[in-house]
Amino acid sequence: MRLFLIVTLNGLTLAALYFLAASGFSLIFGLMRTVNMAHGALLLLGGYVGYDVVELTGSWMLGIACGGLAAALAGAAVQAGILGWMQGDELRQTLASIAISIVLADLMLWYWGGITYQVSLPDILSGGQKLPLLGVGYANIRLALMAFAVVVGVMLWFLIQRTRFGAVIRAGVDDQDMLRALGFPIGRIFIAVFALGSALAGMAGVIAASALSISPGTDLQFLLSSLVVVIVGGMGSIGGAALGALLVGLAEQYGLAYAPTYGVVFTFGIMVLILAVRPQGLMGRSEQ
Amino acid sequence: MKRLKIAATALAIGAVVAPAQAEDIKIGVISILEGAFASLGQDGIRGAELAVKEAGGVVDGQSIDVITMSSDASPDSAVNAARKLIEQDNVDILVGPLSGSEGIALRDLSKSYPDITFINGSSAAQDTTLRDSSENFFRFGGDGAQWMVGVGQYAYEEMGYKSVAVVAEDYSFPYTQVLGFMSEYCSAGGRVPEKFWTPIGNKDYSSVVYSIPDDVDAIFVALGGADAVNFLTQYDQAGGDKPIIGGSITIDSSILESKGPFKNLLIGAPAGTPTVSDYEGDEWIAFTALYNEAYPDGFSAPSIFAHHYYMGAKAAMLALDEVDGSLDDGQQAFRAALTDLEFVTPTGGTMRLDENRNGIIDNFVTEVYEREDGSLGTRVVKVVRDVNQVLGQDPEIFLASGPVSRDNPSCP
Repeated sequence: MRLFLIVTLNGLTLAALYFLAASGFSLIFGLMRTVNMAHGALLLLGGYVGYDVVELTGSWMLGIACGGLAAALAGAAVQAGILGWMQGDELRQTLASIAISIVLADLMLWYWGGITYQVSLPDILSGGQKLPLLGVGYANIRLALMAFAVVVGVMLWFLIQRTRFGAVIRAGVDDQDMLRALGFPIGRIFIAVFALGSALAGMAGVIAASALSISPGTDLQFLLSSLVVVIVGGMGSIGGAALGALLVGLAEQYGLAYAPTYGVVFTFGIMVLILAVRPQGLMGRSEQ
Repeated sequence: MKRLKIAATALAIGAVVAPAQAEDIKIGVISILEGAFASLGQDGIRGAELAVKEAGGVVDGQSIDVITMSSDASPDSAVNAARKLIEQDNVDILVGPLSGSEGIALRDLSKSYPDITFINGSSAAQDTTLRDSSENFFRFGGDGAQWMVGVGQYAYEEMGYKSVAVVAEDYSFPYTQVLGFMSEYCSAGGRVPEKFWTPIGNKDYSSVVYSIPDDVDAIFVALGGADAVNFLTQYDQAGGDKPIIGGSITIDSSILESKGPFKNLLIGAPAGTPTVSDYEGDEWIAFTALYNEAYPDGFSAPSIFAHHYYMGAKAAMLALDEVDGSLDDGQQAFRAALTDLEFVTPTGGTMRLDENRNGIIDNFVTEVYEREDGSLGTRVVKVVRDVNQVLGQDPEIFLASGPVSRDNPSCP
C-alpha cells in the first residue's frame, strides 16, 4: 500500500513534467496544424541555457525565466525564418522541423558536450519533506514541480479563455481564413504563439534539468513523450494535454514499479487503444 | 561540355584513388562519432591511431592507412560501417566497435568475410567471443564480467556487505557486469535478494528507489552516465543512505565531476574497471605521456576506449611486423601471429589470448575518495592479474551455467 501511494505520487510528478513539455507542443499544433518536431530540441536548449544562468547568477527562478526566454527566441526565429515560409504545407513543415531538431541537437552537442547536466537547486527546494501518513522522505523539488504545473495550467487556461490574445488564438483554431480576412496579422500571431509554446518547452527543460537531469538524447525523449501525450489527450487542447500527461505519467511509473520490463508497453498500449477507439484523442475534436 | 564534365569527374576520382597503392595495408576503424558517445568514440580513434603512429605508420616498407567510420551504437549501424569499409575502401583489417551489441553483430558479420580480420575495439559483451565465436574475430581485451573481477570478494570480505540489491540497465553489457560481480560475491557467501532492470535512458527512478528492500547492506549500481546521475540523485533526495558499489562505467569522471549532494554516497564506493586514468604503474605513465604528446587536445589521460582501441591496433601492428607485412595467404599467417601474440599492456600485465581469441587481462578494484579540495577521485585498492573469460573457473562448469540474462545468475 505504501509503495502504491508513493508510486502514484511519482506518477503525478512525472505527469506534471510531461504536461509542461506537451502543453506548448499542443498549443502550436492547435493553432497552426504544425507538428513541431523541433520541440524537444527547444526544450533541451532551454535546459542548457537555464543551467548556465543558474551557475552564473545562482538564481533558480532567473534560470527558469532565461531558459524559457532563450527557447522562445529560438522558436520565434524558427517560425519566422523557416516554417513560416511553408505555412499550410504541414508535411513539409514537419520534415523541415525534423531537420531543425537534428541541426540544433548537434550544435548543442558541440557547445555543451556529451555530459550530463543537473541544475543545482535553491536551498528551499533541495532535500526532502517527511510525508505525513506514509512516513517516508519525498523530494521538495517534485512537490514544487506539481505546484508549478498547476500554476502554468491555470495561467494558460486564463490566457486562452479570458484574454483578447486568447480569443484571437481560439478564433484562429476555428477559422484561419476568416481571421485573416478580418485584418488580423496572422503571420505575427503565429510567431507569437510559436514563441509562447517554445517558452513553455524551455521552462520545462530547466525544470527537467532540476528534478532529473539533461543530456543529449533528452530532446528526443521529451519529444516522444509529448507526442504520446497529445495523441492520447487530443491535439490542440490544453485540458487534453493535462489528461494525457496524467495517464502517461501514471502508466509509466506503475509500469516501472510493478512490471519493470514491460513498463514502456503500458504507455504505448494506451496510445494504441486511444487510436483504435477515439483517434482524435480523449479531449480532441474530430476534423470535419 | 558534358563530356568535359565526365572527364573531369574521372580525373577527380582517379586523383582520389591513385595515392592508395595496392601494396599499402589498410586498417578500418569503427567507433561511435555521433550523438552522446561522440567524444568518447573519438578517444577510441585516438587510441587506434596512436598504436599506428607508435610504429611509425610503416610495416616492412608498406605504409599503413587508417580509415575511420562512424556507427551510432546500434548493431546495424556497425554492420553498415563495416560493409562500407570492406567493400568500398578494401580494408584488410577492421578495428572496432565500441559498444556491446555492436560487437556481437560484427562477430556475426565476420563469418561472411573470412578474408578480413576483425579485431574488437572496446565492446565487452560476453558472448562476442565466449559462445558461437568466429575464427577471424579477436578481442585483445576483456568482457564486462572480467572487468568486475575482484569487486565481489572485496565487497563481502573487506566491506562486510552480506546482502546487496542490484540496479542495472536492461541489456547485454550490464547483464555481463552483474554476472562478474555476483559470481564472486555469491560464492563468497553474499546474497542478492532483488535485482532491478531499468530501460536505458530512464529518467525517473523514484519508483525503483522506494522498492529497494530496507534490509540490504549496499546497492550494486551498473548504470552508465546520465542514468547513474539520475538514479543517485533521486536516491539521495528520497533520503537513501545505503553504500554504493559501482560497475565499470558507473564510476567515471562525468559522475565524479557532476555536482550535487549525492556525491557523499559515493565516497568509499568500490568499483571494477580495466582502466584507471591516474594509475601509477610505469607503463601507464609512459602510455599517458605518449597519448598527451600525440593529442594535446585529447583528455587529460587516455579513457577506457582509447586504452582498448590502442591494444587492438597495437596487436595488429605487432602481428603485421611478425609476418613482414604479408597478408597473402588469406591472412592465415597474420592470424596465427595474432593468436600467439604476447605483449606488455599499458597497465603492466601481459596480454595474450585464450582459445576463443579473447584477452586475458589485468583488472582493478578502485575506490572513490575525497581529495583535500573536496573533489572526488578514484584510487586503486587492488590489482588482479591474469583474469580469463571464465573468471578462473572450470570452463565446462562456467559454460554450463548458461548465457547471462535477467535471471542468470541468481542467489536470492
